[in-house]
Amino acid sequence: MIQLVASLLAITLRAGTSLMYATIGEIYTERSGILNLGIEGMMLMSAVTSFATVYYTGNLFLSILVAMLVGGTLASLHAFLSVTMRANQVVSGLSITLFGSGMASFLGQRLGPESNSGYLVGLVGSKFEPIAIPVFSLMPIFGAVFNQDILTYIVYVLLPVSWFYLYKTRDGLNLRSVGENPQTADAMGIDVGKVRYMYTIFGGMLVGIGGAHLSLSYAPGWTENITGGRGWIVIALVIFSMWNPARAIWGAILFGGINAVQFRLQASGTTIPASYLNMLPYLATVFVLVVLTWWEALSKRIGAPSALAKSYMREEK
Amino acid sequence: MKKSGIILALVVFVLFTWVFFTGWGLGPSKAEAGETQKAAFIYVGPIGDLGWSWEHERGRKMLEEKLGDKVKSTYIESVPEGPDAARVIRQYAQQGYKVIFATSFGYMDPMLEVARDFPNVYFEHCSGYKTAPNMSTYFGRMYQPRYLSGIVAGKMTKANVIGYVAAFPIPEVIRGINAFTLGARSVNPKAQVRVVWTNTWFDPVKEREAAVALLDAGADLIAQHQDTTEPQKAAKERGLLSIGYDSDMRGFVGDSVLVSPVWNWGAYYVDTVKAILNGTWKTHQYWGGLKEGIVELSDFSPMVPQATKDMVAAKQQLILNGSWDVFYGPVKDQSGKEVVAAGAKMSDSEMLNMSWFVEGVIGKAGK
Repeated sequence: MIQLVASLLAITLRAGTSLMYATIGEIYTERSGILNLGIEGMMLMSAVTSFATVYYTGNLFLSILVAMLVGGTLASLHAFLSVTMRANQVVSGLSITLFGSGMASFLGQRLGPESNSGYLVGLVGSKFEPIAIPVFSLMPIFGAVFNQDILTYIVYVLLPVSWFYLYKTRDGLNLRSVGENPQTADAMGIDVGKVRYMYTIFGGMLVGIGGAHLSLSYAPGWTENITGGRGWIVIALVIFSMWNPARAIWGAILFGGINAVQFRLQASGTTIPASYLNMLPYLATVFVLVVLTWWEALSKRIGAPSALAKSYMREEK
Repeated sequence: MKKSGIILALVVFVLFTWVFFTGWGLGPSKAEAGETQKAAFIYVGPIGDLGWSWEHERGRKMLEEKLGDKVKSTYIESVPEGPDAARVIRQYAQQGYKVIFATSFGYMDPMLEVARDFPNVYFEHCSGYKTAPNMSTYFGRMYQPRYLSGIVAGKMTKANVIGYVAAFPIPEVIRGINAFTLGARSVNPKAQVRVVWTNTWFDPVKEREAAVALLDAGADLIAQHQDTTEPQKAAKERGLLSIGYDSDMRGFVGDSVLVSPVWNWGAYYVDTVKAILNGTWKTHQYWGGLKEGIVELSDFSPMVPQATKDMVAAKQQLILNGSWDVFYGPVKDQSGKEVVAAGAKMSDSEMLNMSWFVEGVIGKAGK
């Protein structure tokens, strides 16, 4: 039993890492009032480019930089469209997803070496290996927490730091005020456009690391559609964690662990219909949405940023 | 100025309707001997999956190679099953393609719908059961090489627990699991096969998670009915063995893949297009096996001992000469009830509708 819980915890954290990166990234973006639905496409693009980088250079650090660059570039495109051009953010985000997934599979068939007729599929590159932290990794059950790869350790730190930054620093306050009420923020002397650009791009970089974690650690190598819809799960996760990075960990564990749990139940011979388990995280998200809609006082405190997905123009009231 | 605008609009309108209704003016071409014919292939996944669609693509290349300039072919990847497929199939029919191969079960109804509108085009649907005067089905008895790969698995497992990552609980997959289990238990009665359903044909991460769950549950060998190589890779990372599927996955993963039951569509594609060129094509429901060569067993990994290879060869010989097949009695179901009596054999339609597991499978066959 203890062993089962331990192995569940291990796989859940591994599965949840890319979700956590992307969720934290999207929380930064949405907190500034920008809704980015391009996550799926951005994750795919980062996954394919970072794997190609590691395949040719063998340098994992460099490939993470490439993933951040690609994620950030696509996000800056979204920022340009939604901040500067004041385009519809939903349409802009969706077009980035469509572009990204198409482009990623195209690159997956072109970036590979001649010997593999240009395909990246089926190639093996270096990957992030788990690093066991002495003593801690030997703990019963929770040992798995300390036997992860470096990206997961970084996300352990990123979660509380992001919470602190958002709620306990002046910059975080500025960021939140831009998402809640850009007019007031503007009057206070905050450059709304600059803040939105900054956090959309920063969020995109984190989403990029999330994509890279898939192709460099979780399912090493490139296979088409490696995200399998995880970019959409992230959108639900942001709502589930009520735009608070500290809560993102519970959502990522719930969403990340659900497959691990249901496959293990099947493997052990127990049969709870998989569909019910697969529904759980989404039901939880619907529940959060319903509560936030009905309970106005609560939604004012922990709900969506008021100016989410609304473009800001100084002349408008 | 205004007048020319109207004329321009008219011209555009006429052009559009013309293109829309005729598909670039290339209506269904008439069959003429010696003329180059065009063939289109529709794939459900990317050809880069190294599995299902990859194998069909290999078949298409063989067709081009064997028939040279008598046939020109094209393909389209990742076409979703359902209404979208009808649009794609219709487009090819309108563009003058003589034969269209649709390579996934969910293309069945869309293809039938289009086939009615294009009596001069030949439609070939893989893995379905509906036909029309100009539409046939084709598939292979994959259960035969699966049984043979089961023998290898039964011999090589030490834990006597084999994990099987499976896509959907449909007869094709269930038949494969049963044949594999019968094969494994024919040489190792203690072997059990644990099944995990992923409910997807193609999701690298899910397939891997399912394989890891099976390995954690004590399996020391992984088999699969999926479209990617992830389950095999997951086993390899633990230093454990696996059985491939679709294509010879040893080439992509390594020698830990002991053997793979593989598809060999090329032979069928060549024969079918030849029949169309010669005017001998008739509606058919093709279900070839090892004998016809549409399915086969790949080469063995060097890790497989000679004695095991001989056992496989002996059984393969029985299947090839027609004296025995996989679902010959006695066959028991999961509860131990005898479903096929000794001396009896299952009919094709019974096999095509199989919805129960044989003895030795741990898992649930239904929803």
